Amino acid sequence: MTTPVEKSTNPATNTAAQTVGATTPHTISTGHEGTVRDQIDSYVLRVRGGEMGMLPALAGVVIITIVFFILTPYFLTKTNIANLMTQTAALMMLAVALTFVIILAEIDLSAGVTGGLAMAIFILLTNVGGWNWIAALLVALIVGATIGTFIGFMVAKIGVPSFVITLALFLGLQGVILVLLGNAGAYRIEAPAVLAIMNKSMPVWAGWLMLIVVVGISLLTGLYDRSRRVAAGMPVRPMSLLWARVAAWAVGGGLVVFMLSLNRSTSVIPIRGVPVVVPIALAILWIGTTMLDRTRFGLHIYAVGGNPEAARRAGINVSRVRITCFILCSSLAVISGLFTASQVGTVESSAGRDIVLSGVAAAVVGGVSLFGGRGRLAQAAVGALLISMITNGLGLLGLSAGITLAITGAVLALAATVDALSRRRSGSTSLARG
Amino acid sequence: METPIIELQNVRKSFGPVEVLKGVNMTVYPGKVTALVGDNGAGKSTLIKGLSGAQPYDSGDVTFEGAPISLLTPKDASQHGIEVVYQDLSLCENLDIVQNMFLGREEVHQRMLNQADMEKHARETLQGLSVRTMKSVRQKVSSLSGGQRQTVAIARAVLQKAKLVILDEPTAALGVAQTEQVLALVRRLAEAGVGVIIISHNLADVFEVSDYINVLYLGAMVAQLKAKETNYNDVVAYITGIKGDTAAAEEVDDEEVLR
Repeated sequence: MTTPVEKSTNPATNTAAQTVGATTPHTISTGHEGTVRDQIDSYVLRVRGGEMGMLPALAGVVIITIVFFILTPYFLTKTNIANLMTQTAALMMLAVALTFVIILAEIDLSAGVTGGLAMAIFILLTNVGGWNWIAALLVALIVGATIGTFIGFMVAKIGVPSFVITLALFLGLQGVILVLLGNAGAYRIEAPAVLAIMNKSMPVWAGWLMLIVVVGISLLTGLYDRSRRVAAGMPVRPMSLLWARVAAWAVGGGLVVFMLSLNRSTSVIPIRGVPVVVPIALAILWIGTTMLDRTRFGLHIYAVGGNPEAARRAGINVSRVRITCFILCSSLAVISGLFTASQVGTVESSAGRDIVLSGVAAAVVGGVSLFGGRGRLAQAAVGALLISMITNGLGLLGLSAGITLAITGAVLALAATVDALSRRRSGSTSLARG
Repeated sequence: METPIIELQNVRKSFGPVEVLKGVNMTVYPGKVTALVGDNGAGKSTLIKGLSGAQPYDSGDVTFEGAPISLLTPKDASQHGIEVVYQDLSLCENLDIVQNMFLGREEVHQRMLNQADMEKHARETLQGLSVRTMKSVRQKVSSLSGGQRQTVAIARAVLQKAKLVILDEPTAALGVAQTEQVLALVRRLAEAGVGVIIISHNLADVFEVSDYINVLYLGAMVAQLKAKETNYNDVVAYITGIKGDTAAAEEVDDEEVLR
């Protein structure tokens, strides 16, 4: 790489030979210096060094969009975009849930049926017990959190591998659901508010308001971080990069909200607006991402995932981090179960049985590393979108479920390979050799 | 002579029937590098684990800056400013330099990580140690060389305002150039007034960097020597047990160090 603009960031000028005993002042950069061009150069360098983030998954989304659009123009219609969002929601929430434990290099195979069991209890409380749906949902969340606590305790305190204990729960909880709901058990969801999550749209103005909030948060957090850096006397990235990020949110989000604000009904009754599930999912994503990126606890999750022994020596309560992550995973899995139930309109005795492996696949396809220590919630979300797009597009083409499964499997294998290769690469590439 | 930063007197430690430390005395001064050498099994690790609080001594007195203290947990040690840089470094490769330097003791502002200030303090610490091999404080540790990683681990101890830094084999895995960098860093650490204990099997490194050389042999401190007043062959003789026994060690102790 040649960097003609900013010579001081060139590692060749910082060689080992002049280190010992030299007294001239030397500034170590923070990655925020330089022009837009420098920033782009260093980003390219990081990507080449194996820190690809969600780039492969995003590229996959773009390629798949183009391919399916050529094969069937229906893929990019208003109706199908709205469909895609609701079809993705449950899988996305599960992938996000699993990301918390995958970062720790653990796994939760029972996440799907945990959501299923919580929903079975929810439906029994509302339909048989006559409970208010909010109270029932709270109980469902507590059930999820309890299962998460149990898994976390077994893994962190007893030392049972998470693969085994969650496999046991995967089998056991299915049994519990069967006992609760009976063999042919399928209960209809009565609460209109729960059905609305996946099947209703917000008013058009609420969609635009949501967009304004999203763009506003992007701008304000960017400006706040910037002001903190300026106050500390640290270099800041060019302002134009922040504007570019905000503009990307505004244009991309604006396009989607605009399309969803048009009437997409083929009958007399118009359907328009952003599906209700979208702001709920975005809010959970934002809260989770803020926790991971901006709090001590979030950083400690990555530390434990990267090197538990180092985390322990640094005074981090490793068991507490592990248990909390399993609780977060199981609780968010309940939200995923809620989305599924709302979409299907019923809770069946097989609830949550088939979705969990797709959830793991979505997270890995998005770039969350099964080796632990690496991965972001947004990556899991993009991975889930990618897998939903494949299922949706192949469905539109009228291809069989068998082919859909085969292609999804191939994409997962590809993603896992990319993960392993980029891990090897980031271990061996040194940006500034000493 | 000024007050020792830490003084161990008659420290003992047994694992079941095996007595690993048989009444060890050791003195470390601020601003000086004290090497701890000895063959495998001599008790170096056990002595260090006691200082770090990870494995408390069975008996014996520990005096820190002239006052008696007890080191029962790692927390006790870090509260007094005793930091151990382990051989395997204890860094998280998936995190960057700043995150590693502050791990477990992050600065927060309104309950959120104070990235700007942490970056600033990390950079100041590295520059204070005249570190110039790093490109950016936001580099991931996975992209650093062995010497750079050692530097991050040492800088981490400095950042915690350590008064006593214990380095366990800091140059064991390094090449020639990187070893030089790390040894220079160890000297600067001492010049900044920190007491440094360095464990090493490499006597060339030991003679290059240390002011005092302490030799452990089968759980006893057989020699506390001034690096300038001894030589390679003497130290090897103490390490292998050819020269000195526990009784003789007491004499050397009095003559050489307390003068």
